[in-house]
Amino acid sequence: MIRLLAATALLIPAWLGAPVTADPIEFKIGYLRLVKLKTTISLVAMPADNDGVAGAQAAVNDNNTTGKFLTQQFSLADVRLKAGDDPAAAVAGLADRGISLVIADLPADLLLKAADAERARGMLLFNAGAIDDRLREGDCRANVVHTAPTRSMLADGLAQYLVWKQWRRWLLVVGSHDADKLYADALRRAAQRFGAKIVQERVFEDTGGSRRSDSGVVQVQRQIPVFTQQAAEHDVVVAADENEVFAGYLPYRTWSPRPVAGSAGLVPTSWDSSNDQWGATQMQDRFVKQFARRMTALDMQAWMAARMIGESATHTRSTDTKAVLDFLKSPAFALAAFKGQKLTLRDWNLQLRQPILLTDGRTIVSVSPQEGFLHQFSELDTLGFDRSESKCRLK
Amino acid sequence: MPVEMIVRSAATRSGPLFGLALIALAGPAHAFTAYISNEKSNTITVIDTDTWQAVKTIKAGQRPRGIELTKDGKFVLVAVGDDDTIQMIDVKSGEIVATLPSGPDPELFTQDPSGKILYVANENDNTVTIIDMERRARIGEVQVGVEPEGMGLSPDGKTLVNTSETTNMAHFIDTTTHQIVANVVVDARPRFAEFKRDGSELWVSSEVGGTVSVIDPAKHTVIKKITFAVPGLRGEAIQPVGVSITNDGKTGFVALGPANRVAVVDGTTHEIKKYLLVGQRVWHMAFTPDEKYLLTTNGVSNDVSVIDVAGLKVIKSIQVGELPWGVAISRQ
Repeated sequence: MIRLLAATALLIPAWLGAPVTADPIEFKIGYLRLVKLKTTISLVAMPADNDGVAGAQAAVNDNNTTGKFLTQQFSLADVRLKAGDDPAAAVAGLADRGISLVIADLPADLLLKAADAERARGMLLFNAGAIDDRLREGDCRANVVHTAPTRSMLADGLAQYLVWKQWRRWLLVVGSHDADKLYADALRRAAQRFGAKIVQERVFEDTGGSRRSDSGVVQVQRQIPVFTQQAAEHDVVVAADENEVFAGYLPYRTWSPRPVAGSAGLVPTSWDSSNDQWGATQMQDRFVKQFARRMTALDMQAWMAARMIGESATHTRSTDTKAVLDFLKSPAFALAAFKGQKLTLRDWNLQLRQPILLTDGRTIVSVSPQEGFLHQFSELDTLGFDRSESKCRLK
Repeated sequence: MPVEMIVRSAATRSGPLFGLALIALAGPAHAFTAYISNEKSNTITVIDTDTWQAVKTIKAGQRPRGIELTKDGKFVLVAVGDDDTIQMIDVKSGEIVATLPSGPDPELFTQDPSGKILYVANENDNTVTIIDMERRARIGEVQVGVEPEGMGLSPDGKTLVNTSETTNMAHFIDTTTHQIVANVVVDARPRFAEFKRDGSELWVSSEVGGTVSVIDPAKHTVIKKITFAVPGLRGEAIQPVGVSITNDGKTGFVALGPANRVAVVDGTTHEIKKYLLVGQRVWHMAFTPDEKYLLTTNGVSNDVSVIDVAGLKVIKSIQVGELPWGVAISRQ
């Protein structure tokens, strides 16, 4: 504390001498998202209209409880983009309103456009939605912090558990969308890193069609066994299906009785509404109380982003985005996010280190990194691209 | 805060104690009784500190965690979070005889020196609830930070300290006015607050931050941050939770959670003297009233470790219920 205050005093001496009765310091946070219609195989998994932004709002409420004691106020401005809208213009609009801290839930290309807009005005973005590895590798940016895990972190978290479980022979089923291919790449890399073997790969073509129908189950229970028959001997079916075309139909319908993992069955994720360990029950309870629904992974990724801003505010008392980023990169920063250990920032690409939860949708089955996967710096760095592998040069 | 309570209850029981004293005299001089709350099995394991055997299991409410004896030594108080109450166990009968209106999801609590007032942290409500023990009624509440957890009372009873796990502060509350008088920022997820017996220092453990902040309670400033380093362990595994300080203030013990160790800290210099290997995910601790032994609850390995305080070594481990969490030790 003493050391920290001394360090920040150099940056922002004006705040420190401020008496508690002074006017509140206001931390305005923008939330930039692309409104898109996502259709899921499971009706109960359909995302709410406020998916993600509710998590940010929950953290803003938490920050305001803390802010009472520090004369700080936090607010959230929700900006929705429609398909075709220019994210750069939206960022400029936020900057005009005096908002330089922005949580984004945007696809990779739009995120980069948003990040490269108004750089001169000191914008700092928190990527809560995009899991693309390239945003932390070749396309990394010095003004984008990532709270969403990457595909490689998710795949590694899953692979460590499957290997620990001795389910080393995988039948990999990949969807026909680009995102599915990226997830499949991450799964192949994970298999190789941790000693699993992909015995066979199959592609499930998206031929269109709706997820909802009045007699769909009749056909599905015939299609999936046929699709998975005569496969090489395998312990587990691993699915890469980010667009929810088929993976949800695999469990209980495969030709051979095998567990399913990846995009269905045992799913790697940053959060699940069933997590009740490490004090998570309190988080889940107050989220349900505020929003009358359960907390999703996207909500948690946005919550972590807004809490990182809150942590910085507590310690630096500065709204300056450079001071915020310097604090988040410093050893003084540690985020508590109900995952059993502290979360810190990878200083080489601004990715938040985090455990990966493995859920069957009803309970937390396990949490990676698994015991025995060691690392010289942090076991969390066994998940995803490590410092020595990184192509990121922050600029 | 079992230590403070036991010492004080010893002082108040200097007079004749009739029936209870006779029972105590029947056994060896140092036979005390330890009560362990088992978070998962919803039970209290009773341990005889003479034989170091579990002698009884008491069925409690759901998710028992924080546990203390009343100042008069007659009851064990145990916070059963999922039942939104604190249960009172009669130490003579080993039966649950009453419940207290603790507010929702109680976890840790502390009593004033007279034993008349109970202060409870309600994690779900960002409040501290104040209970009149005799009337068994709620008499006030204080709004604190997000997820209040640790509760420490200054030895003079004038200042209550509550830690809030997501706000990351120690809140200093005046026990007369029930107003917050100061907030001290500490590292992430502060879980436990323990005063030195002379009131000169307050130690606050930060589970996620991995440190213990030593706070000057008069100036409300952090005067030292204790850090820990165990060879072969990554920083994330070091998660300080329970803190116990000897009566003379010379030695502090800090339970390090999944590091499976208790750190022995010099109370004067705040340097680490030693790490003692105990069971897995060590939570909380309590001294025997003679301060010869320190008992630790080891959440994942379902056991209690016994530390020889003078020798600074672990001499015994005792199997208890599932996921042991808190410990309180009675003279009887």
